[in-house]
Amino acid sequence: MKIVVLLLLIAVGSVLFHLVSPWYWTPIASNWEYIDHTITITFWITGVVFTAIVLFVAYCVYRFRYKPEQRAHYEPENRRLEGWLTLVTAIGVVAMLAPGLIVWHQFVTVPKDASAFEVVGQQWQWSYRYPGKDGKLGAADIKHITDENPLGLIAEDPHGQDDVIIQGDDLKVPLGKPVKVLLRSVDVLHDFYVPEFRSKMDMIPGMVTYFWFTPTRTGTFDVLCAELCGQGHAYMRSKVVVVPEAEFHAWLDQQPTFAQLQQTAPAKIRQAAK
Amino acid sequence: MVDIPRGPTPPQIIPDTVPPDYMPPPAEVKEVELYHAHSWITKYVFCQDAKIIALQYAGTALAIGFVALVLSWLMRLQLGFPGLLAFIDVNVYYQFITIHGMVMVIYLITAIFLGGFGNYLIPLMLGARDMAFPYLNMLSYWVYLLAVLMLVASFFAPGGPTGAGWTLYPPQAILSGTPGGQQSGILLMLISLILFVAGFTMGGLNYVVTVLQGRTRGMTLMRMPLTVWGIFTATVMALLAFPALFVACVMMLFDRLLGTSFFMPSLVEMGQHLKYGGGSPILFQHLFWFFGHPEVYIVALPAFGIVSDLISTHARKNIFGYRMMVWAIIAIGALSFVVWAHHMYVSGMNPAFGFFFAVTTLIIAIPTAIKVYNWVLTLWRGNIHLTIPMLFAIGFIVTFVNGGLTGLFLGNVVVDVPLSDTMFVVAHFHMVMGVAPILVIFGAIYHWYPKITGRMMNEAMGQVHFWVTFAGAYLIFFPMHYLGLLGVPRRYYEMGETAFVPPSAHTLNEFITVMALIVGAAQILFVFNLLWSLRYGRDAGPNPWQATTLEWQTPQTPPGHGNWGKELPAVYRWAYDYSVPGAPEDFIPQNQPPQRAATQASLQPAPGE
Amino acid sequence: MVGILTFLAVVTVIIGWYLSRQRLFSKPWLEVGVIDEAFGAGGQPRSEPLDRPARLGLGLFLAVAGSLFALLISAYVMRRQFPDWQAPPVSDLLWFNTGVLAASSLALHVTQRLAGSGRWDDAKLGLFMAVSLALLFLLGQVLVWRQMTAAGYLVAGNPANAFLYLIITLHALHLGGGLVALGRNALRLRHMEEAGQARVSAGLRLCAVYWHFLLVVWLVMLAFLAQWVDDVVAFCGQFLT
Repeated sequence: MKIVVLLLLIAVGSVLFHLVSPWYWTPIASNWEYIDHTITITFWITGVVFTAIVLFVAYCVYRFRYKPEQRAHYEPENRRLEGWLTLVTAIGVVAMLAPGLIVWHQFVTVPKDASAFEVVGQQWQWSYRYPGKDGKLGAADIKHITDENPLGLIAEDPHGQDDVIIQGDDLKVPLGKPVKVLLRSVDVLHDFYVPEFRSKMDMIPGMVTYFWFTPTRTGTFDVLCAELCGQGHAYMRSKVVVVPEAEFHAWLDQQPTFAQLQQTAPAKIRQAAK
Repeated sequence: MVDIPRGPTPPQIIPDTVPPDYMPPPAEVKEVELYHAHSWITKYVFCQDAKIIALQYAGTALAIGFVALVLSWLMRLQLGFPGLLAFIDVNVYYQFITIHGMVMVIYLITAIFLGGFGNYLIPLMLGARDMAFPYLNMLSYWVYLLAVLMLVASFFAPGGPTGAGWTLYPPQAILSGTPGGQQSGILLMLISLILFVAGFTMGGLNYVVTVLQGRTRGMTLMRMPLTVWGIFTATVMALLAFPALFVACVMMLFDRLLGTSFFMPSLVEMGQHLKYGGGSPILFQHLFWFFGHPEVYIVALPAFGIVSDLISTHARKNIFGYRMMVWAIIAIGALSFVVWAHHMYVSGMNPAFGFFFAVTTLIIAIPTAIKVYNWVLTLWRGNIHLTIPMLFAIGFIVTFVNGGLTGLFLGNVVVDVPLSDTMFVVAHFHMVMGVAPILVIFGAIYHWYPKITGRMMNEAMGQVHFWVTFAGAYLIFFPMHYLGLLGVPRRYYEMGETAFVPPSAHTLNEFITVMALIVGAAQILFVFNLLWSLRYGRDAGPNPWQATTLEWQTPQTPPGHGNWGKELPAVYRWAYDYSVPGAPEDFIPQNQPPQRAATQASLQPAPGE
Repeated sequence: MVGILTFLAVVTVIIGWYLSRQRLFSKPWLEVGVIDEAFGAGGQPRSEPLDRPARLGLGLFLAVAGSLFALLISAYVMRRQFPDWQAPPVSDLLWFNTGVLAASSLALHVTQRLAGSGRWDDAKLGLFMAVSLALLFLLGQVLVWRQMTAAGYLVAGNPANAFLYLIITLHALHLGGGLVALGRNALRLRHMEEAGQARVSAGLRLCAVYWHFLLVVWLVMLAFLAQWVDDVVAFCGQFLT
C-alpha cells in the first residue's frame, strides 16, 4: 500500500509545489502576457488531467489490490466510454490549441509601425545596430566583414552610412513602442533571449530572422544566448535597457554613425598597434 | 470480496478464413534448417540465436548506459556545485552532455528496446524458432558494437569527443569553437552514427520480416501481444526515419572533410573568413528532426507495448480496449512523421509552418491519451498484484502522463517560444523519453528475467531499486520544469550572475544534483541484483506470473535452442485471456485448445504478492 | 521535404493496404480456436514459396533505400534554392553510363527468366553479362568523377557539384552491395548441386528486382541532375520558403 501513499503524495505534492514554491516565471516586461495566459490555461487543463489520472490510479491500486478470493472483472472493451474519453480529450486539446494559434498569429504578424533594430551574434558577444536618421538599416553581408567593419555593412549602400553600431555596450529600446528585432549571426547559431520579454528566435548565419515585441516597463534586463554556440555559450551575455522614448532618442543621437566610425577606425587601429 | 463476473458474452468459437497473405511456417522443421552452433565461439560470441544476440545487445547497451549515467553525475555535480571537480572545464562539460544525450537516446534506449527486447521476445511471443535472417541478425549486433566502440574511442582521441550537443547542429558542430569540432571527436561521432544506422537496418529488417512471416499457426496480427505491436511499429518507423540521420551524417562528413557547403553558409569565425558558402544550417535541422521526432516514438512505442502487457498480466485483466490500443499505436506511428518541425519553432524557419506543426503535434496527443486511459482502465476492477514489474508499470504511467502533458506546452507553438531551450525542455524530455521508458525497461527486466535465466530476481533489492528510482527521478525532474519556467537556459556550464534567477534556485539545483547521485547509486544495486539472482535467485518455474503469452509456454526454461520442442505451438486465442468468466483459472494460455479450457487444472504456483 | 513526404505517402498506402487485409477491426477475444481451418488437427500446412521471407526482406530494404534517396532529393531541392547554386554541366558519359546500367538490368532480368526455365548455361552467360555491365557502369561513374575534377568542378566548389558527387557515390555503394549479393549467387550457380536450383533462381530473381530498383533510382536522380525537373522543383519550392 506504500505505492498508494506515494501516488497521493505525488498528486497533492505536485499541485502544492506549483502553488507555493518560489520558483515561477520572472515578471514580464513586454506585451506577450498573452503567452503567459496561454501557459496558464495549459497549466490548468494539464494539471487537472494529471491529478485526476494519478488519483484514479491510486484509487484503483487501493480498491482492487490482490485478494486471493477476488477475480478481475472481464471487460474487453467499452466503445462508449472510449468514445467519450476521446471526445473530452479532443475538447481539451482544442481549448489549448486555439488560443495558442491565435497568439502565434499575433506573434508572427509584425505591426506596421514597429521600428526595427538589428542584433548580431558572434562567438561570444552581441552587437547591435540601429537605423540612423533615414530610418532604414543599410544592407550587410558576411562577406564584407573586416576588422574595421565587424558587422559587414556594405559601404556602397547609402542607407547604411548613418546606421548606429553598438558594440560592447548595452542595448537600449524605447518604452511602449513596438520594435522589430532583426537577427543575424556571423558564425554559428545563436539565440537572442531575454526572459522578461518571453520571446526569442534563433540567429542563423546567412539569414535574417526576426521577432517583435513592445516593452511595457523600464528597467535593465539580461540578454542571454539560448542556442548552444560553443565553449563560450554560457558567457555570451549583454544587457538590454528599456528607457522612455525621449531618453532613447537623446541617447541614440549621441552615438557615432557608421560613416563616422569608418573615418576614425583606421586611426584607432594604428594607435592600438603602437 | 468476490467479484462475480457478469455482463459481456463469454468467448465463443467463430470459424473464419485467414487473410490470403498470412502464411505461417510449417509446424515441424527439419533438423538441417535450423542454425546450429558448433563451438563455444559460435554459441556465445558469433552467435546467430536471437536469444543470445538479445543478451549481447542488452548487455552492451546497459554497459554504455552506465557510462552515460556517470557522465550525468559529473555534469549534475558541475551544475549543483560549480567548480567542485576541477577537471570539468567548459569543454569537458559540453562533451559530457553531448555523449550522455547521444548514448541515452540511441545507443541505450533504442538499442535495448529493439535489439534487446525485440530479439528476445519477437520469436518467442510469436511462436517462431528464430529470426528470419539469423546471420544478418548476428551481423547487426557486431556492427552495433563497432558503433559503440567508435563512440568510446572518441574519449581517447586527441581533443576528446564532440561537444556539439546531441543535436550536432552545424555550423558549430564542425568549427573550432566547439570541443572536438576541428579534431576527430565529431568525425568519430558521425561515423559511429552511420554504423549504428547500418547495423540497425540489418536487425530491423529481421524484426519486421519475422513478425510478418514467422508467426506460428493461428497467430493473427490481432492475436499478437501489444509488446510485439509496439516493437514492430517502432521498427518500421525506425527503418524509414534512420535514413534521414544517415543522410545528415554523410553530408556533414562531406562538409567537415571535403569542404563542401551542404550545411555551411559563408561565415566569419574568430575574424577569419572560412571557405564555406551558401549552405543552410536549417536543412540539417530538418533532416535531423525528420529522424529525431519519430525517434521519440521509436523509444516510446515499445515501452507502450511492454507496459500494456505488464499491466494486464499483473492486474489479471485483459488489456482494456485492445483494438483501440493497436489502432492508436498505428496512428501514433503514422502521425509522428509529420510533426518533426515542432522542434524548430524558434529555429528561424518560415513561421507559417508553426500553425501546421502545432496542429499535428496536438492531434497526436489524442491517440496517446487514449492509451493512457486504457492502461488505467485496465487497473479498474482488476486483481492487482503489486509485483516489482507492476510497480514499475505504475511508475511509468505517472512519469509518462507528467512528461506527456508538459509536451502539450512545448508542442503548442507560441507557448514553446518562452520555454524552448530552457530547463523546462530538459525536464520534459527526460521525464517522457528518459525516465518513463527506462522504468518500463526495468519492469520488463524484472518481468522476463525468470524466463531468461529460470530464476526470480531478488524481491527486496527490487523494492529498494524501485522506490529510489521512481521517487528520486520524479523529484529530480518535476522541480526542474520550474527552473525552466524561471528562464534558466539549458546547456549552460554555469548560470553566473543574472537578475531573473533568484539565489533559491541554486538550492534547488543542489537538491537535484544530490537526488541524481542517489538515483544513480540505486542502479548499482540493480546490476548487483541481476548478477546475484543469477546464482541465488528463487527458482522461477516455467510461468511464474501465470501469463498467457507464448514465451511462458516454452517446453524448457530458459528456452532451448529453437525455442520450441519438435512442434511449434498453435495459437487458439488472443493474448489477454485473463479472468475469463467460467474458466477454472484466471488465465488461459494462448496455445491452449478450446476444449481443454474447461477441464485443465494448473499445477503452477501462485504468483508472489 | 516534399520528396520524402511523397515517398512516405506511397509507403503508407502500401502499409495501409496490407493492414486493411489483417482484420484489424475483428474482436479477437470472441474468436477462440485456430482461425485457419487448414491448420486444424491433422491439416497439412499450405506450401509457401521458398524465398518469401527474403522477398519481403528485399522489399523492406528497398523502402529503406528509397527513403534514403528520397531524403537526398528533398535536401537537393531545399539546397538548390539558395542563390549560390550553379549546376555543373551533365557529362555525356553519364548518358552512356545510364545506358550501361539499363543494359545490366536487362541482362539480369533475362538471366533470371532463363534460370527460372532451367536453361542454366544461357543463364550463366547472362549473369556474366550483367556483372560485367555493372562493373563497367561503376568504372564509368569513376570516369565521370575524374572528368569533373579535371574540368574544375571540384566537390567543394559548389553545392551542386557536391550533390552530384554525393549522389553518384551513394548510388555506386548500393550497386556495390548488390554486386556482393550477386557474387554469392554466382558462386551458388557454380556449385548448384549443393545449393539447389530453386534457391539459385530465387536469388537471381531478387537481384534482378534490386537492379531494376537501382536503375529507377538512378533515372530519378538523373532527372534532377540534368534539370529536367526544374519546373517541378520550382513549383515545390513555393511551399518551402
